[in-house]
Amino acid sequence: MNFLISGTHISPIYLVVVGFFIGILGGFFGVGGSFLAGPALFAVGVPMNFVVGTDLAHIVGKSIVAAKRHRALGNVDIKLGLIMVIGTIAGVELGAQIVQQLKRHAYADIVLAISFTVVLLGISAFMGWEGWQTWKQNRHRKPPRPSSTRKLTPDPSAISHITKWIQQFHIPPMISLPNSGIKEISLWTILAVAFVGGLFSGFLGGGAGYIRMPALVYLLGVPTHVAVGTDLFEVVISASYGTFTHALKGNVDILIALVMHTGAAIGAQIGATLTQYFHGTRIRLAFVPLPLLGAAIIIYSLITGHH
Amino acid sequence: MARRTKETASFGSFLIELAVYAVFVFAYFFLVLHFLGNWVKHLFDDRRTLYAVVALALIVFQGIALEMLTTALLKLIGRRE
Repeated sequence: MNFLISGTHISPIYLVVVGFFIGILGGFFGVGGSFLAGPALFAVGVPMNFVVGTDLAHIVGKSIVAAKRHRALGNVDIKLGLIMVIGTIAGVELGAQIVQQLKRHAYADIVLAISFTVVLLGISAFMGWEGWQTWKQNRHRKPPRPSSTRKLTPDPSAISHITKWIQQFHIPPMISLPNSGIKEISLWTILAVAFVGGLFSGFLGGGAGYIRMPALVYLLGVPTHVAVGTDLFEVVISASYGTFTHALKGNVDILIALVMHTGAAIGAQIGATLTQYFHGTRIRLAFVPLPLLGAAIIIYSLITGHH
Repeated sequence: MARRTKETASFGSFLIELAVYAVFVFAYFFLVLHFLGNWVKHLFDDRRTLYAVVALALIVFQGIALEMLTTALLKLIGRRE
């Protein structure tokens, strides 16, 4: 199939299959999957500027499906998501400005790639360690109830003392997030977490769900299922903003995004539905290989020069 | 036993949903994208701002349409079960 906008010829079956697998990951973990979608598009000859913009457009469509499904499951805290949008957009802008500054110097690609790799390896190592510790501490306890009847309390975590410490910051205005089971938290804490997520998104591309989802769980104390759903809701808005600005700059082949999304929509539903059957700790442990995979792709690209 | 029956039924529902999706995807390739292609390319080349609006609208519309299709399908299957 010819895609006239980006001037590429790609099998639609390939795009649907790639979208399907990335959709499952997105629905299950609340991530955009750009660290996999990007290399998959690049591998079939899509120019890098189109990879970035088109991936964002496909994330919008996929996240709508997954976020609606999560909302039906009671996993979306809309109040938290809307507050986070403000911090995210500010962070995205700053991240994009840093990239613009880096572009003026040589080795910008290498700086970005190494930063991304370090962040991904760090997240993976931390979540692996934390998930393992939590699993060891709780393995003899009774299994959790199904998500439809579960109380909104933070999931067991080996670093819950840090979460409590963060929640004790009393910088007004203080707000409550009943849908996340948080009685009181500073608005500034939420904005700071969203800003950092947005900064990574603007600096390294994609939706940065790989950093926002863990941050919601470990820093704000949001239950894992709600963190996944709320992150997706937030991604819909921030990725829409990204799609629009990239489309203006001529970086979006919307037809590729539409075809990819037909597969991603099915995958996202499967992923979102699967979260009902998994305990929060297991979701976090299953998340561990994903950043590793992304880091491996980047290291491979650096070694072979395919970037 | 009852749980196993429920799981089998829900897997069956999912397979039906997948089949309807497959039909939808094929229809989409041959009809919608075929007619949209040239028009969208024309917008991309000549009217970039309108292209940005249309691109965002298309992906949002497709996201909502697929979600509605699935929800309607699940309700239909649920009623039959």
